Amino acid sequence: MDNSIKMYADEVNFFYGKTHALKDINLNIYKNHVTAIIGPSGCGKSTFIRLLNRMNELVPNTSLLGGIYMDGMDIFGPSVDAVEIRRQVGMVFQKPNPFPKSIFDNISYGLKVNGIKDRLFIEEKVEWSLKKAALWPEVKDRLHDSALRLSGGQQQRLCIARSLAVESEVILFDEPCASLDPISTAKIEELITELKKEYTIVIVTHNMQQAARVSDYTAFFLMGELIEFGKTQDIFTKPNDPKTEAYITGRFG
Amino acid sequence: MKEKIYKWIFTILAFSSLVFLVGIVFVLFKESLPIFSKISIGDFVLGKFWYPTYSPPEFGILPLILASAWVTLGAVIVCVPLGVGSALYLNELASFRQRRLLKPLIELLASIPSVVYGFFGMVVLTPFIQKIFHLPTGLTALNASFILGLMATPTVCSIAEDALSYVPHSFREASFAVGANRWQTLTQVIIPAAGSGISTAVILGMSRAIGETMTVLMVAGGSAVIPHTFLEPVRPMTAAIAAEMGEAPMGSSHYHALFAIALILFLITFVFNIIAEVISRKFRIKLGLSG
Amino acid sequence: MKGKVLQNIGFSSLFLCILTTLFFLGTIIYFIFSRGIQVISWEFLTQAPRNAMTEGGVAPVIVGTFYLTLGSMLFAVPLGLACAIYLCEYSPKSFVVNIIRISINNLAGVPSVVFGLFGLSVFVKLFGFGVSILSGSLTLGILALPLIISASQEALVAVPHSIREASLSLGASKWQTIKRIVLPTALPGILTGVILSVGRVAGETAPILFTAAAFYKRGYPNSIFSEVMALPYHIYALMTEGAHPVKQKAIAYGCSLILLFLVLLISAIAIFIRQRQRSYHG
Repeated sequence: MDNSIKMYADEVNFFYGKTHALKDINLNIYKNHVTAIIGPSGCGKSTFIRLLNRMNELVPNTSLLGGIYMDGMDIFGPSVDAVEIRRQVGMVFQKPNPFPKSIFDNISYGLKVNGIKDRLFIEEKVEWSLKKAALWPEVKDRLHDSALRLSGGQQQRLCIARSLAVESEVILFDEPCASLDPISTAKIEELITELKKEYTIVIVTHNMQQAARVSDYTAFFLMGELIEFGKTQDIFTKPNDPKTEAYITGRFG
Repeated sequence: MKEKIYKWIFTILAFSSLVFLVGIVFVLFKESLPIFSKISIGDFVLGKFWYPTYSPPEFGILPLILASAWVTLGAVIVCVPLGVGSALYLNELASFRQRRLLKPLIELLASIPSVVYGFFGMVVLTPFIQKIFHLPTGLTALNASFILGLMATPTVCSIAEDALSYVPHSFREASFAVGANRWQTLTQVIIPAAGSGISTAVILGMSRAIGETMTVLMVAGGSAVIPHTFLEPVRPMTAAIAAEMGEAPMGSSHYHALFAIALILFLITFVFNIIAEVISRKFRIKLGLSG
Repeated sequence: MKGKVLQNIGFSSLFLCILTTLFFLGTIIYFIFSRGIQVISWEFLTQAPRNAMTEGGVAPVIVGTFYLTLGSMLFAVPLGLACAIYLCEYSPKSFVVNIIRISINNLAGVPSVVFGLFGLSVFVKLFGFGVSILSGSLTLGILALPLIISASQEALVAVPHSIREASLSLGASKWQTIKRIVLPTALPGILTGVILSVGRVAGETAPILFTAAAFYKRGYPNSIFSEVMALPYHIYALMTEGAHPVKQKAIAYGCSLILLFLVLLISAIAIFIRQRQRSYHG
């Protein structure tokens, strides 16, 4: 496997007003691997993942020190457009958030806002993304039904397909299974494992078994600090830091 | 770049609509100030005689203020029991199907234009009142109060019902659990919990009644003297503005005096609305709803 | 036992309240419909008035109301919607914006006659539009502005934040997100607000008293600077002016019926849309 670095955080400090939410974070995200970010609620893991596609800018009164680099380029650089970054770094959210439109329109939306008008190309792309997201067999006969009629798990896979369609290179998952049942969760996990062959994946999760099952690398956050980062199997079998050990063995969090 | 342009377009449009809305206050002040160089505010508000076209004219608006107060009071006597009672019925007793039918129906009735109420008052209620009280005219404060009250009822009912429906179901269950019957639960738990929401409804109903023009213009009788009973014709502030502005020459003292009445009316309704806003905000916080 | 009696008395009086309310409001509608229907005919709806308002129809009056309402909406809908979009999507969440919100809510409660005076002072006199369709439409538009702004704001706020985020995370710009996701989702709510204000504006009399309305005007209005006859004002004028009270009263019944029918129909459509929207969201 290719072990090159897709993205990295360099001395990242982040503030909500005066609250110091992230402290001196240095972290590598390897290409075609799954990086899991774990930690108790409020540890800064969601804040961190939202920096990776500049979604943090939607929250007023925040400030960032340090840099986030993708393919060697600072994504917060002065000449970089946030819209362009979000196209390359897709995001799947905690709760499935399909648009109140048809399944087809949900997937084609990202293409249309990016100026693609070729109908045939869009149709092919919709089919391709739904197949990638393992949703095609379930919806191929009702592409023009409202997406809101799908089940929670299907909606979440639709949201994944939606970000695949714009040809993201990195996909961020912010607790993607938090609101799903075990069967849907298993499907999403299977999908993540499949997707890492072509994409770079970062997943925030509460669920340690999930992190152990799907990820190659794990980062443990606590109170805004990165306590430990390493290969998942190392973190879960022989953690260096006693705090990591306490967390993964369920003594707090 | 394109994004910036859109943002600017919306900012400009938003502020231009604000200019119009702020303009109302500005114009009211600008057009009414000249009258106060002729007469002091105290004499204007407390003066007992409104003879704007006599020479010399008299600009005392106490009769108009009292007329507004009378008809508003009368309207409250009609609309509070009817509106709040209906809201309680809808919330507490109506079956699901009744509620689903009646709630939109009452909202619909709130949209009947005031001129239609005024017309009904003139052709039906006026002869009726004249007959049973043996009056020289049926166009009286009583008539105006009743019609205004009816008019405000759907508004009061809708807002009060909304307030009642915000009371959490758990309050009710807790009351039943200690052995209270439905009536006790209603009067001792639900109504106090929704109390400030209901008073918001009443204040907004009053605000609507005091600012209503066409009905009072048509049915109140229009005589600008201090009223002593409900059975006399009166001229509320709104009716005076509507009836006299057509004849008041632009820029005359009469013209400015009418604007001054509008300014006072504006301030009264403004205070009412602020009170309603404050109470309803407290109400939502009390019930743990977002402000 | 005593509690039970009290409860029965209490509940019966509540029932009486709603019965009385519905009885009186029903009576008003019934009276206007039963008397008005006797006057309504094809001629009444399509002809101009004749013989000093005692014969003929009220077609120009209906057309006048249509022009005023249309004019007011052309002015108020774009402006109100833009204002709501600015307040919900673009404006910084600050103290000033909060003040603006509160003042808009308050302006919705300002008596309509006050709007009339504003129109008189600004549009009729200051801008020199005279007593005209233009002045009346603008005045009615300003009256509708706070209604449209608050209804649109409510609809925009109800659009879940999560789908805005989804759109942005796909590389849509802010304006694309507003245009393609936020506005379509909020549309039913905005539409309800607009339709309700159409109903309100069509029935308003006080704002057009000194800005647009004429009791009698020959023929149809031919420019936005001409005076206009309008249904609500016409009802008032028929009852208080003119030389033939009895014949005029019959026509006033007809006009009231048309106005009542139009306003109830418009509001019913709006309430229906809202009702459906509510059940859709659960």
